Amino acid sequence: MKRFRRHGQESQRDRLKQELFAFNKAMEHGFPHQPSALGYSPSLKLLAIGTRSGAIKLYGAPGVEFMGLHDENAAVTQVHFMPHQVELVTLLDDNSLHMWTLRGHNGLSELLEIGRFTLTGPPGAPPSVTRVTAVLAHSSGELLLLGTEGGHVFVVEVPGFRELEERNISLDQIASSVPDDYIGRRNLEHVEALQENPVDPDQVIIGYGRGLMVIWDLEKKLAIQHIPATQQLESVCWTEDGKYILSSHSDGSYCRWMVGGQDTNEEEKSDIPYGHFPCKAISKIVQLPTEEGPPFLLFSGGMPRASYGDRHCITVIHGKKHVALDFTSRIIDFFVIRDGPEHTGEPSALVVLVEEELVVIDLQTEGWPIIQTPYLVPLHSSAITCSHHVSTIPLKLWERIFAAGKHQNAHYSKKPWPVTGGQNLAPDPPQRDLLLTGHEDGTVRFWDASGVCLYPMYKLSTAGVFHTDADPNDNMNQGTEGEWPPFRKVGCFDPYSDDPRLGIQKIHLCKYSGYLTVAGTAGQILMLELNDEAAEQTVEAKVVDLLQGQEGFRWKGHTQLDIQEDPVMFPAGFQPFAVVQCQPPAVVTALTLHSEWKLIAFGTSHGFGLYDYQQKNSVLIKCTLNPSDQLAMEGPLSRVKSIKKSLRQSFRRIRRSRVSLRKQHVNTATKLQEANARLEAELAEMELAPVQRKIEARSSDDSFTGLVRTLYFADTFLSDSSHNTPSLWAGTNGGCVFAYMLRLPSVEHRADEPVTAQLSKEIQLMHRAPVVGIVVLDGHGAPLPEPLEVAHDLARAPDMQGSHHLLVVSEEQFKVFTLPKVSAKMKLKLTAVDGSRVRRVGMAWFGSSRTEDYGESGLLVLTNQGDVHVVSLPHVKMQVHYPCIRREDVSGIASCVFTKHGQGFYLISPSEFERFSLSTRCVVEPRCLVEAPLHSGCSNQHQSQPDGASSTHRAKHDGEDAENAAKHVMEHALLNDEKVLQEIQKSLEGDQMQVSQTHSL
Amino acid sequence: MNKNHRVPSSRSLNAVEVKSKFGAEFRRFSLERSKPGRFDEFYGLLQHVHRIPNVELLVGYADVHGDLLPINNDDNYHKAISTANPLLRLFLQRKEEADHGTFGTDSLTRKKNTVLSAVLLRPDHNKKKPPVIISLPKDFRPVSSIIDVDILPETHRRVRLYKHGQEKPLGFYIRDGSSVRVTPQGLEKVPGIFISRLVPGGLAESTGLLAVNDEVLEVNGIEVAGKSLDQVTDMMIANSHNLIITVKPANQRNNIVRSGVGGGGGAASGSSGRSSDSGASYYGYSSHSAAASIPPHIIQNFPVGELESDEDEEDLVIEAGGEAEPIRHVASNHSMSSLPRYEPHLNLRTATTPSPDRAMERGSLEEDGTVITL
Repeated sequence: MKRFRRHGQESQRDRLKQELFAFNKAMEHGFPHQPSALGYSPSLKLLAIGTRSGAIKLYGAPGVEFMGLHDENAAVTQVHFMPHQVELVTLLDDNSLHMWTLRGHNGLSELLEIGRFTLTGPPGAPPSVTRVTAVLAHSSGELLLLGTEGGHVFVVEVPGFRELEERNISLDQIASSVPDDYIGRRNLEHVEALQENPVDPDQVIIGYGRGLMVIWDLEKKLAIQHIPATQQLESVCWTEDGKYILSSHSDGSYCRWMVGGQDTNEEEKSDIPYGHFPCKAISKIVQLPTEEGPPFLLFSGGMPRASYGDRHCITVIHGKKHVALDFTSRIIDFFVIRDGPEHTGEPSALVVLVEEELVVIDLQTEGWPIIQTPYLVPLHSSAITCSHHVSTIPLKLWERIFAAGKHQNAHYSKKPWPVTGGQNLAPDPPQRDLLLTGHEDGTVRFWDASGVCLYPMYKLSTAGVFHTDADPNDNMNQGTEGEWPPFRKVGCFDPYSDDPRLGIQKIHLCKYSGYLTVAGTAGQILMLELNDEAAEQTVEAKVVDLLQGQEGFRWKGHTQLDIQEDPVMFPAGFQPFAVVQCQPPAVVTALTLHSEWKLIAFGTSHGFGLYDYQQKNSVLIKCTLNPSDQLAMEGPLSRVKSIKKSLRQSFRRIRRSRVSLRKQHVNTATKLQEANARLEAELAEMELAPVQRKIEARSSDDSFTGLVRTLYFADTFLSDSSHNTPSLWAGTNGGCVFAYMLRLPSVEHRADEPVTAQLSKEIQLMHRAPVVGIVVLDGHGAPLPEPLEVAHDLARAPDMQGSHHLLVVSEEQFKVFTLPKVSAKMKLKLTAVDGSRVRRVGMAWFGSSRTEDYGESGLLVLTNQGDVHVVSLPHVKMQVHYPCIRREDVSGIASCVFTKHGQGFYLISPSEFERFSLSTRCVVEPRCLVEAPLHSGCSNQHQSQPDGASSTHRAKHDGEDAENAAKHVMEHALLNDEKVLQEIQKSLEGDQMQVSQTHSL
Repeated sequence: MNKNHRVPSSRSLNAVEVKSKFGAEFRRFSLERSKPGRFDEFYGLLQHVHRIPNVELLVGYADVHGDLLPINNDDNYHKAISTANPLLRLFLQRKEEADHGTFGTDSLTRKKNTVLSAVLLRPDHNKKKPPVIISLPKDFRPVSSIIDVDILPETHRRVRLYKHGQEKPLGFYIRDGSSVRVTPQGLEKVPGIFISRLVPGGLAESTGLLAVNDEVLEVNGIEVAGKSLDQVTDMMIANSHNLIITVKPANQRNNIVRSGVGGGGGAASGSSGRSSDSGASYYGYSSHSAAASIPPHIIQNFPVGELESDEDEEDLVIEAGGEAEPIRHVASNHSMSSLPRYEPHLNLRTATTPSPDRAMERGSLEEDGTVITL
């Protein structure tokens, strides 16, 4: 009977779990990794990007996003929208063609693959005969012309992919009609280009690799004109009036040919724009007319081979204006957006997809400024080193950060984003969320992470506080007067940090007070305050010796950063007012801020400290270093770092040389090669390490036991059960927890009386696993609220009546202790049971999907196996678990950050965040509608009102409730390099077996 | 500011008085009962208080029965501290005779054991207890055992290694591999985890119950099938204080009973490989005890949890004393001097020694520590 009742309770709990938790990989933010193809539909106003991994992504107006993935794991080489339709065709590396469509479903559109096709040649023909090299989506919307490596053009009817054999244009048909004096029986080579006459859809031009171009009439099935270019052909473009053809060639020349009734053997005009010396190929050329004045001529490449052969340029020529846009990485493709309902008006924007970013240039504003992209922003413009998420930002702070960001964006074009296709039907985000990313170059970027678009709000640079290696005159954007070609740097991708010590490792923002603290690689901790005005500040530095007299050690790592002693002018935004520098200058591994007490705590591999930023005074320094730990003294992984550094320096040298010295290319190139070779050797060495693991209990002698992993402030019962006091908690890699009682002077004496700290407790976990999280739970078992949360009436005051509990999360276990007398109460073992280890933890509030007023706090856990778990509080019971990240994806796991509402982000590539959700209530995903364009071309004004009701209920949110409970405590950021590398090595050695996770807890 | 100043009333329960005799000289000091520290620190302390820093010592103590027992590793050291009531009497001897230069660190051979135990047990001095039976078996801990023989297939062996929280290495490596299983479909190759190497002198080797190429089937009752090498590694390490491995021995000839016995009582408690002699003499005793009682590594259904309770997760909580000094504001780097200093390995504090002396002593200990680790 009893058993039966318990069963009933369990099923009730199971139902509750279903209402609270659901795993959802909602969407991706950022820039697609390794893009390989670009397409644009002027009628839909959607752009499409294909990637090397076979993904196809469509973007329209901000919030309108679609993603599809080809089953084949092959690179997308071409993307073509069917004119005036919602279909698009992709060509993959494996020679397969795929038809995709945007289908309406429940008032929303979704991207679906509706067909696939591979050309089959005659039996016995070599594969080159059917290898597709050029695709033309005919304006009729019914034909697809496929040019192949063998030189044939196949005609295929779509959407059914029916081969129209009788309409094929074989090489023989062409070759027979070519004047003998042109080719002399030479091979015409593959079909390089297929273009339709803009005024006569029956005419297409077929450009062959050897240079010959043939205008073919599809109806009459005969060649109208032969254009006998002699250089290798790169691209062909038909001017809008259909009177001229532009061809670009591999020697850096382009030619203009008159389209006439009879064969003309003379080119009308030929030019090598950057000539005299040999030039690289012009890979694509486009000419667009303007209503009045000269046309726009745009082409990519064509740079002088010897001096600028390594640049990635698109040249834009308009009348007297001539600019060579110098991009940060290889150009994949570009297109021009034109005004007007028929998309035939003035060119308005140039959209360029390069390997690492998307750049849009406003062609109608003087100076051709850049239009800021609302999505597809390169997160990795400098490598991401850590991230920090802050939920539910108060409006005031939001507006101030936004305003500060506006100042920084003054150089962007004022024009709205030109890609406007589709309708964003997602409800307004229920709250304002910020994602902060720390970067290798010492910047912190603030992203609006509330909705579908991860929009850049503000960028903070910390480099100005320090003297760095960077040469202040080393400004890449400065083109010298009269320089030829007239370069202009565009794009923001710049992964080469001048000084790796600037890298940001930890971030903590107080959303109520606007105080921000960031900590970096060289033991620097900056306190910043939001200021709406630019101001000159002298930053006060405080050096903190974490060794505390421990002797016999030598720091072999980097030196500490030099602070600028003179006052520095800081722009509006977050301005530093105090700097703490740890000595030895090891990477900061833990950081926390208490804005109510005006204290920060920070830790490195040597110890931790407490700093009073009101009095700018150090309160406490504690050395946690194990005297026998030699490794911790040597600085983080000097060997690997040095390779990284040398690589970085080689790159920097290259970039410098581009600007100043033009003759040293060979030199730097070989250096780069050497560096690459060294790196490869290093990696090979790693792979060869024997796949063997030592079984050894952790001992106090292990290296880095003193590394501080987590710091936490709590107002709780530390010494006796009747008086709560402020306290600081620190957890180390060696499984040790220190608790300090803090004594704060009264408010009126806060500025002059000292803050004091006294060690109150020290807990050594017997299993000695690294402590990754510490939380104090109040009498109701809820985590204590954030500082100032209660003061702002945004959280229920914690229950101070019942007894508090201490939750210590180690990599292996979750353990609850009573307070003030520390005795173990409950625990949950993870590693001992399934062999996974905790990598990331966070507190989250889960609202029920069924009722508004029910919710629970839970602990979000990510393991080294890539699984996410929810652990209940305060009873530390496993609730649910889902596989989330591949366990081989070490950097993905290391980059994961949880939100307070049960969502999370992790890097799926250096440039993309995947967003997932464990909450049934908080899901952010694109919801959008794209409708087939009316063939008349008028913009889609009147659309059937979609049923938005279904979409709104989902993200409903009770601000108060959500504020209440979630308590985010854990620091999350990339571990230091060594850890990551070790992990990489581990995973390289690790077997490939799939793991079935079982949780018998 | 040493908080360990002698505070007779409250401290006495917590302190162990030590009276140490070396030759004709006596030294007295005290130790904290709750935080005895490790044997090697204690050993260094003894060398220090007797001012014989470079003399190799054999340390013995008189237990409650009046037996002279050795102290040469953390285990018997802790035992000595915990049984001292209230006085711990120590007898130190030079180790010269035993020291034939064969005492490399960490090399634990039986030959040494006998020599050493002989030296220690030689009833020459003022010790009055020469008999062979030195102690009750319960004073010693089992170091390994074969368990669950009754429920396991004959081809499998479940081995329990008792780590006892000391520093002696478990001492084995595991690797990926594949094993052949018989299935209804025929023979099938499945991935498995195997022991790839035993560390000489490690716990695993000295038990004789595990061998290279044994397939690991379970770790503390959880099957490893389907788990990656790293997961199994982490599981073993997480359970290392009380590791139960079920293996399928590569050598199936001496299954079950008394198979891997031999190993001189099996390792157990090491002295963190610090002083070679100590470990050795312990084993001498251990084998005696083994002879006197059931050898601990033979079939024994150990009640799980018996050891679990004290081994598992007895986290050490140190409460800073209630009488702690008023918190003083700390201006700069001397901030922590008023607060208890965290010395992970150096918890031994001689309450009697005045503080300048203590500071010096700590210095010397630290120095010692580094020398040892190098």
